[in-house]
Amino acid sequence: MIPLVRALPRPVAAPGPAGVIALALVVLLLAGGLADPRFFSPAYLLQQLHTGAFLGVIAIGAMVVILTGHIDLSVPWTLSAAATFSTAFVGAAGEGAQGELGLLVGLAVGAGIGLVNGIGVAYLRLPSMIWTLAVNMVVLGVCVLHAGLYASGSRPSAVMATLGGGWIGSLVPNAVVVWMVLSAAAVFLLRRTVAGRCLYAVGTRESAAWLSGIDTRRVLLGAFVISGLCSAVAGMLLAGYANQAYQRMGDPYLLPGIAAVVLGGTSILGGRGSYGGCVAGVLLITLITSMLSLLQVPEAFKQIAYGGVIILMVGYYSRRAAAERA
Amino acid sequence: MPNDPAFLALAGVAKRYGGAVALRDVSFSAGRGSIHAILGENGAGKSTLMKILAGAVAADCGSVTLDGRPLRLDGPAAALREGIVCIFQELSIIPDLTVAENICLADPPRRRIGTIDRGAQRRRARAVLDALGCGSGLDVRARCADLPLAKRQIVEIAKALARRPRVLILDEATSALSAEDAERVMRHLRRLREEGVCVLFISHRMHEVDALADTCSVFRNGEHVATFPAGSRTHDEIVRLMIGRSIAHVYPPKPERPPPAEPYLRVRGLARDGVLKGIDLDVRPGEIVGLGGLDGQGQRELLLALAGVLRGTTGDVRIGTAAGLPSGPRAAGGPGRRIALIPEDRKTEGLFLGLSVAANLSFAALDRLSRCGIVDTDAERALVAGLAGRLAVKAPDRDAPVATLSGGNQQKVVLGKWLATEPKLLLLMDPTRGIDVGTKQEIYRLMRDLAAAGVAILFHSTDYDELIGLCDRVLVLYDGRVAARLSGAEITEEAIVASALNLRPAASAAGSRRPHREALA
Amino acid sequence: MIPALRLLVRHNDRALAAWALLLALLLLFLSIHPRGASGGVLAAWANQGVALAFVAVGQTIVVLTRGIDLSAGAILALCNCAASALVRGDPAEVALGIAAVCLIGAACGALNGLIVVRGRIQPIVATLATGAILSGVALLVRPTPGGSVDDRLADALTGTVGGVVPVSLLLLAVLVAAIWGPVRASLTGRTILAVGSAEPAAYMSGLPVDRAKVAAYALAGLFAAFGGLFLGFQTLSGDPSVGASYTLNSVAAVVLGGTALAGGAGSVAGSIAGALVLRTVGSLIFFTGLDPMAQPLFEGAVLLVAVALGAGRLLRIRNRLEVFR
Repeated sequence: MIPLVRALPRPVAAPGPAGVIALALVVLLLAGGLADPRFFSPAYLLQQLHTGAFLGVIAIGAMVVILTGHIDLSVPWTLSAAATFSTAFVGAAGEGAQGELGLLVGLAVGAGIGLVNGIGVAYLRLPSMIWTLAVNMVVLGVCVLHAGLYASGSRPSAVMATLGGGWIGSLVPNAVVVWMVLSAAAVFLLRRTVAGRCLYAVGTRESAAWLSGIDTRRVLLGAFVISGLCSAVAGMLLAGYANQAYQRMGDPYLLPGIAAVVLGGTSILGGRGSYGGCVAGVLLITLITSMLSLLQVPEAFKQIAYGGVIILMVGYYSRRAAAERA
Repeated sequence: MPNDPAFLALAGVAKRYGGAVALRDVSFSAGRGSIHAILGENGAGKSTLMKILAGAVAADCGSVTLDGRPLRLDGPAAALREGIVCIFQELSIIPDLTVAENICLADPPRRRIGTIDRGAQRRRARAVLDALGCGSGLDVRARCADLPLAKRQIVEIAKALARRPRVLILDEATSALSAEDAERVMRHLRRLREEGVCVLFISHRMHEVDALADTCSVFRNGEHVATFPAGSRTHDEIVRLMIGRSIAHVYPPKPERPPPAEPYLRVRGLARDGVLKGIDLDVRPGEIVGLGGLDGQGQRELLLALAGVLRGTTGDVRIGTAAGLPSGPRAAGGPGRRIALIPEDRKTEGLFLGLSVAANLSFAALDRLSRCGIVDTDAERALVAGLAGRLAVKAPDRDAPVATLSGGNQQKVVLGKWLATEPKLLLLMDPTRGIDVGTKQEIYRLMRDLAAAGVAILFHSTDYDELIGLCDRVLVLYDGRVAARLSGAEITEEAIVASALNLRPAASAAGSRRPHREALA
Repeated sequence: MIPALRLLVRHNDRALAAWALLLALLLLFLSIHPRGASGGVLAAWANQGVALAFVAVGQTIVVLTRGIDLSAGAILALCNCAASALVRGDPAEVALGIAAVCLIGAACGALNGLIVVRGRIQPIVATLATGAILSGVALLVRPTPGGSVDDRLADALTGTVGGVVPVSLLLLAVLVAAIWGPVRASLTGRTILAVGSAEPAAYMSGLPVDRAKVAAYALAGLFAAFGGLFLGFQTLSGDPSVGASYTLNSVAAVVLGGTALAGGAGSVAGSIAGALVLRTVGSLIFFTGLDPMAQPLFEGAVLLVAVALGAGRLLRIRNRLEVFR
């Protein structure tokens, strides 16, 4: 503790994002369990966690970029491109150790796209929303040129298949382990490293960070590269899970990724948010999805539920923030 | 027209921001058909008073009546409906709209179907500008963003006049105008007085007050101190009312003589297109050098240029062991120069408002608190504890967002953030603006301690009192040049004010009521 | 009048550049089209772009307030589905159906505005959420593509006047002039621009800030409804999944048309050109004999280059703090 001349009372705050989501998760679990006992079976929940892991990996990248006050809309095709080119490399190089170099190809694709995103946003000062969208379209073009519109790619490598689809002794899906490892890395990055501090600082006020002697452009560049890498990892895991790479495999992940981050209490304006909230957001979205699937609710109501949850939660956060300021 | 002396009346108005009192039980009235000058130091409460009247800020308590009727000022629109119109220092014009659109902004001439009649709008804007007498050479179809500051200020004034105010409030509204235009605006204000408008007039320029005001009110520390007919007191008496306290015990004692040392900062012929016109200055280790002058004479640009923020600055500069201006803030803070810039606007340039006290305090020093990019949290905690103790930061705890702190404590965090880097040259831009006296005193003591420890300090302030009480030497800038170099006993209010207005000291000391035309030239 | 003209050009340089680009692309398109330059070809070209142009007009109005409408595509899809259920039968029913669809669009937009103003939620998040909700509603209205739209009216609206001028373009011009024109010329329109340019100054000047924001989102909804209706006339059916590409393409069209995402300055006309350019590039590549597989890449590259031109402002910056504004 710092020595204080006079300790000021801290106002009692309404529960924050993590607390609210934990509450929502409990309520959802109970409601789901009452509606259908299968909901409580560990096997079922682990299955849900497995599909949630892909979203979780994407949300890490989305969160890092959103913390800086920007947004990465190139996720869908970064994901598809990494999966397409890594599996294509596996197909060309053959199975075995050589084929595993496909993992590096996938990561290189992700990092390269992230680099282009970052250069546009950080150095050319273009609005991220439109620049990353344009990059997304170019990557789409490259993929289509490479593989044709609906052509499915080649098979994933053994490591991809294991990590994406395998289980540790039918207890824990490997993809969840990957998500947990990357989560640990994300927590370390955000809490313990200079780079993490810089992400928050740039997102809070880039000019103040720059005046403090930080090269804010490199921070932004790094954030987009991380986002590209996360999309690439998710793409290769998904290719392993589905045992193939296919065009448009990334489309269903863009908006849920952003939604998970925002639900987790990270401000879309940047600078505020904790990784715990982000994980909670991923779990919430995954649980809502699986519950609605189990209840055989049509897709339409799922969409309505997502939107409603976002408005309720973010509206609550913003009222809470306003109340704290007053 | 009845000359109702209580046309506009405030009773018991008070306003606090967090812990700081901005206005304390202010009662005050101004008459119809009069020009009423509001005088006071920075932070005396003038601006808050004006914002309350404009509906921009809600008073905590008290009442405002206009023409005997109590007002509910719950927003700018409400104030404007009552005919209370403000001309703000920070311009309230819309940069992307044209001159005519801005002048007729919220109440444009409309056709019967509700669309704006652009022809009539241009004519009305033209008429207002012509009545003001400043509009020649100003195309009402030009976009305001393309105009120079002086022209934009004319638009701002015309925009207020177009609303046909019953109460017109000007806050340093003529500061950017040319001498001729300022003269025309003053003539127009007198005309408005004849028409029965109540004009409230905030200015730091005594010659404008002399030339215009019927009545003067002095504010100090959020209180209304005195109201008297213009001309009934000398300038010296007015200044005493404004300052109102003895300076001596607020400031730490100055050392007997400046330590003999090589200058840490040496600047020769620093120039930047039209703003800095050849500045020479030296700052030695252990010395506090003040930068004074009216707003916008190049003080801000000088400090920003030294920190490497501005492109296109030329001159011969040596800082520590490094020659030349730094290429950016990173180079400025680097080992060769060890510069720390405390920026003017702590909320947007100094602090990360949403982040914790600890994260703010350690941020600029993370380089030395980390190895291989990993923060040593123990070292960080020790640094934060040390700084928070040394600066006596009052905060709920070190993880509280810095936004929850009072202005004074926020400023301490800004200072602490830079002290963590152990700078050799401290560039301060008006660090005590809007801060209570107690915290000010702590900051002064801190600065003196730093100087004693061998730091060179260049200190820009808009508060003359500080320059006098704290600085070993004072440079007064006027129009991008050093107008006066004062040291020791030469540092007096008269000398600073006179050189800020580019007058000879004698003219000001005489306290004459004659408008000093040369001040505006 | 000459100085006025010069000012007009300078304030709309990017919109004019978009129109010049469109004109060049259109001439190229007509010259290489296998059926040659004819009214029919022109109408087919226009019909390709008008729905996006409608959405882009609405998007522009919101972007002018420094907001964004990520639900524009969903509103278009919903209105398209609603049109496929309502716009048929006898003329009176058709007219009522059209009115109902427009009302739905405007109401969805107004809801966005209220959530942004009252809920104090960032526009990007608020419209992302309402976008999800409205695409859900569209799925409820029409779970799979289908339905029907009055085909006589559809024929009329997708044809030509006198064999030369595409009706769809006329419709676009008339609706924009009749709706945005008066609003733009009113106090609300002025406030929309002022809010995007300098919101605190607009508030201090007593302008009706909240009302203008809600109006902007409502107009965006209305124009998205026009887009959905027109798409119905074009395809004679409703499809709940058409929305997604319209949202992002409308933002791209706005940027291409010279409206800054930072708000305040820009024009609806520029965005129309932007939308038509985006669609023309697609059609053009189709007829140039370029490998169809290379088409998306080419389209993406055009957008990328157009957006990158916006970096030119960096060259003029002297105070480096301004980079961050």
